[in-house]
Amino acid sequence: MNRSILLAAVCASALVAAPAASAKTLIFCSEGSPENFYPGVNTTGTSFDGAEPIYNRIVEFERGGTKVVPGLAEKWTISEDGKVYTFNLRRGVKWHSTSRSFKPTRDFNADDILFSIERQWKEEHPYFKVTSSNHSYFADMGMPKLLKSVEKVDDYTVKITLNQPEAPFLSDLAMPFAAIQSKEYADAMLKARTPEKIDQDPIGTGPFYLLQYQKDAVIRYRAFPAFWGGKAKIDDLIYSITPDASVRWAKLQKNECHVMPYPNPADLDAIRKDPNVQIMEQAGLNVGYLAFQTTKKPFDDVRVRKAISMAIDKKAIIDAVYLSSGVAAKNPIPPSQWSYNDSVKDDPLDPAAAKKLLAEAGYPNGLETDLWAMPVQRPYNPNARRIAELMQADLAKIGVKAAIKSFEWGEYRKRLQEGEHQMGMLGWTGDNGDPDNFLHTLLGCDSAKSASGANIAKFCHKPFDDLVVKAKTVSDQAERTRLYEQAQVIFKEQAPWFTIAHAVQLKPMRRNVIDFKLSPFGRHIFYGVDIKE
Amino acid sequence: MTSKALEASTAAAHTGTPPHPLAEFWSDFTANAGAVAGLFVIVALILSALFADLIAPHSPVLTNNQVFLKPPFWQEGGSLNFPLGTDAIGRDILSRLIHGARLSLLIGIAVVTLSVAAGTILGLVAGFFRGVTDITIMRLMDITLTLPSLLLAIVIVAILGPGLMNAMLAVAIVLLPHYVRIVRAAVITEVSKDYVTAAKVAGAGPLRLMFKEVLPNCVAPLIVQATLGISTAILDAAALGFLGLGAQPPLPEWGTMLADAREFVLRAWWVVTLPGIAIFVTVLAFNLLGDGLRDALDPKLKR
Amino acid sequence: MLRFILTRVSLVVPTFIGITLLVFVLIRLIPGDPIETMAGERGIDPVRHEQMRKEYGFDQPVLVQYGYYLARLVRGDLGRSIVTHEPVISEFTTLFPATVELGVCAMLFALCFGLPAGIVAAVRRNSIFDHGVMGVALTGYSMPIFWWGLLLILLFSVQLGLTPVSGRIAVQYFIEPVTGFLLIDTIIAGDWGAFRSALSHLILPMIVLGTVPLAVIARMTRSAMLEVLGEDYIRTARAKGLPTFRVIAIHALRNALIPVVTVIGLQVGVLFTGAILTETIFSWPGVGKWLIEGINRRDYPVLQGGTLMIGAIVMIVNLLVDVAYGLINPRIRHTR
Repeated sequence: MNRSILLAAVCASALVAAPAASAKTLIFCSEGSPENFYPGVNTTGTSFDGAEPIYNRIVEFERGGTKVVPGLAEKWTISEDGKVYTFNLRRGVKWHSTSRSFKPTRDFNADDILFSIERQWKEEHPYFKVTSSNHSYFADMGMPKLLKSVEKVDDYTVKITLNQPEAPFLSDLAMPFAAIQSKEYADAMLKARTPEKIDQDPIGTGPFYLLQYQKDAVIRYRAFPAFWGGKAKIDDLIYSITPDASVRWAKLQKNECHVMPYPNPADLDAIRKDPNVQIMEQAGLNVGYLAFQTTKKPFDDVRVRKAISMAIDKKAIIDAVYLSSGVAAKNPIPPSQWSYNDSVKDDPLDPAAAKKLLAEAGYPNGLETDLWAMPVQRPYNPNARRIAELMQADLAKIGVKAAIKSFEWGEYRKRLQEGEHQMGMLGWTGDNGDPDNFLHTLLGCDSAKSASGANIAKFCHKPFDDLVVKAKTVSDQAERTRLYEQAQVIFKEQAPWFTIAHAVQLKPMRRNVIDFKLSPFGRHIFYGVDIKE
Repeated sequence: MTSKALEASTAAAHTGTPPHPLAEFWSDFTANAGAVAGLFVIVALILSALFADLIAPHSPVLTNNQVFLKPPFWQEGGSLNFPLGTDAIGRDILSRLIHGARLSLLIGIAVVTLSVAAGTILGLVAGFFRGVTDITIMRLMDITLTLPSLLLAIVIVAILGPGLMNAMLAVAIVLLPHYVRIVRAAVITEVSKDYVTAAKVAGAGPLRLMFKEVLPNCVAPLIVQATLGISTAILDAAALGFLGLGAQPPLPEWGTMLADAREFVLRAWWVVTLPGIAIFVTVLAFNLLGDGLRDALDPKLKR
Repeated sequence: MLRFILTRVSLVVPTFIGITLLVFVLIRLIPGDPIETMAGERGIDPVRHEQMRKEYGFDQPVLVQYGYYLARLVRGDLGRSIVTHEPVISEFTTLFPATVELGVCAMLFALCFGLPAGIVAAVRRNSIFDHGVMGVALTGYSMPIFWWGLLLILLFSVQLGLTPVSGRIAVQYFIEPVTGFLLIDTIIAGDWGAFRSALSHLILPMIVLGTVPLAVIARMTRSAMLEVLGEDYIRTARAKGLPTFRVIAIHALRNALIPVVTVIGLQVGVLFTGAILTETIFSWPGVGKWLIEGINRRDYPVLQGGTLMIGAIVMIVNLLVDVAYGLINPRIRHTR
């Protein structure tokens, strides 16, 4: 096996006329094809993984965590009022020279940052509509309203001024959509009237450059020797696109790939027993929940909400559907998120008490409700249908008749947000590692009222809202932690959701893969990973 | 020769009454062992479908949190309580297969009936009236045939929404052109024959001509194609179920059981293999029956 | 002859237009907003939603959209995928060779085994071989193809480890796509390891996809041969003392092959249907899988373009088969 990899690598390198003695190759069995290589218009983890090796951002998340560390900016200062961010940029950062239609003539500088931000911000910008005008994350993180100005102070200093203080702003800049592209390349392609080339034949400052992309089959990257952080430990990185989880496992067993994401819960026992394979586990930055429509009967009454929460057997759901890929959730934020309040107590499984509460609330003979389940698999929910069936059975025991309903995925969230449901399942994967991204985005009053928001419980509770809105503007992390912990206590008392589970991120990989760190966002980062042959 | 002599010689030629057509058909049919086997299996399926509630040891939809993924009784960990094992949320597979027979037979028969009925009417109309009607109908049928059948079925189900009824409608539409073509071809052949001209001259209207004169003569190939159509319908509906577009859980349709089970292919082979065997045996039985019918009914093969 | 070809071609054009209209309307009827589908849990601002709708042209009435669509179609522009923003036609041409390679190999497999089996079964009518072949053929097209594929993977890839589990070629081989057909490209590159890898990846999907055509061809050949063998001219040939092989190969086969040729043409449509399922199971990067994903993501341009291209190809193949049939069988040419 090793010899043929060596032989193939030598042949491959002969084909691309690049000298390589013995190339270290790491194969990642990816679960799908990326939409394209411009993360500004992408929304799926699969697409972000595809662009990840190529680009850098002003700041980055540390490998394996949510702390923000320097990226293309070496250091930065934030003004007293929290509105002005000044970034000092790194010097000597080189661009990839592998584009078929362009050769860079200068290093990275402040112009590139201005270009990358303005491209997504200013509608009159020549690149706004290129590839797509749908810059989802830029808009969703509130950038258009937040940004007042982005100025180039000199070639290596950028000043960003906000309209109001926003504590999570730095974390936002570490997200995939904020990838920095080359202005020189963009200008050259605009002149050649082929602007979309910068997204199709991408160059970046990242540790790997794109060698080849065969749709639905394979993506090949090669280590960029002049990377500012030092050349990657592996030479060739290959994404072998394998949509079927059982097939990924079969390939991992045969050493046809070294790292695989999203194993079947059913295969986990066998995976753990394989001596050549190790599994890395971490509770993901996500939550799956059953939301109650708190502005409609019967769930406008907190007693009814609490009754339902006490009637559903959470453990059975996790055992049956999540298997070992989920942990029971009691708070709306996952345990790996800072400010998680572990002292909050979850509702116990107590059907008798549930029935009593229902009677107190005026429903001694039970009630009828709907129960919405999504038709597709989501990272926080492997099989909503099956969970709905189990919940239905549990609720029947306390006299609650739940009718399971479902819609097209594209319709589903929209209708939930319009509040058509009484009970509905949904979930959330964290974008930037900030508790605000869960507590304000999903449970704040702003989001309850907006048509595009994600507060499907329509939860607008003043004490809770005050806490999370204040925490948005304060910059002291200890103070913010205090505020968020209080908010979680209120959340449990009010029970706008029955929190189901946090999906555990499980990553089986061969034992000879060294120093792979799990990203809380589910990203796959291969810089810094080594493979022992 | 005098008429008397003619009568005598013809009388002498008869050894007795000729066999009743049904009896002749039956003896031809039973000569084919495969066809008889097919018939037995189908009768067994019909019986299980009718008496499913009595035969099945457990309910096909009740979940049992204690017995997720138990193997069949001949494997370690299995028990005779769940002879063919259980699925991911504790439902007995044998009971689901038995109840599934009901669904599969329903699918096969309903789809084919709908398809044959609609196809016959369209074929008769096209064959009789010719001209623009014929061309329009045949163009529509050509278009339906050109598009890959599964793709068309998937698009139809995507429009109507996933579900057993919609899947059946989609499969019926996809099968339609075959029947239209058969009936139209038979009609065109028959219409040129003398007995039809005679009936027309005698004053029979088009409806009477279609249904009383011509249709009975197209029945034989239709029956054969209908039987073979049942097996195609079951296979196509199972394919839709497998893609998650057909019968929705918790309905114990065999294709849907396969869809749910795909993630267990490496860990629990019985959840994947057994529903497939059920589909295979049923479809095989109908194909054998159809072949047997064709051999028995088709005079050309009688040599 | 020319008039025959022209008549056939003229029938194709209205069918094609009919397909474009039908596909367009049907796909517009599918519920579910592609823009919302892409937005996932986060949803999309109503203002931006309207902007996107305008950009994609969804805010116009359906017939107007159809008009624009036809106008672009005439210029060969099938639009851009809503998801990847790449031209549909370029995605199709990238993925199509994979499907063609699979289909052609499956058809060759079906012919190589089906034709001889059918011929021998007919010649040795009612022998063990005949019953065996017919039994296998019957089994072949009674099986659900997706289940058959899963079983083969379970047996040959997982248990026995003889064949690879999915994909077209081992990732270690970096072959520049020249024709898109890996078997040919690996030969052009002179890389025998890669060729063997590509071949081993083809075996299981080829067998799975080719099973139904094999069964149909075997049965069809058998019944066509039986009919022909019963004809008078065969009896005459035998009576003349010609050796059996010559009788079968030259006199019988040529006439028996005529209906078989039509069947082969019809199987092309069946192959596309089978390809959808086979590609899903074997993660084969072809157009079948592409279309299924398009349906799930409500990617209208991909669905329209892909279905149209496949419909067009099936029609062209049928046309060629009709013409070939007319060439072989003079009786057909002169009727109408």
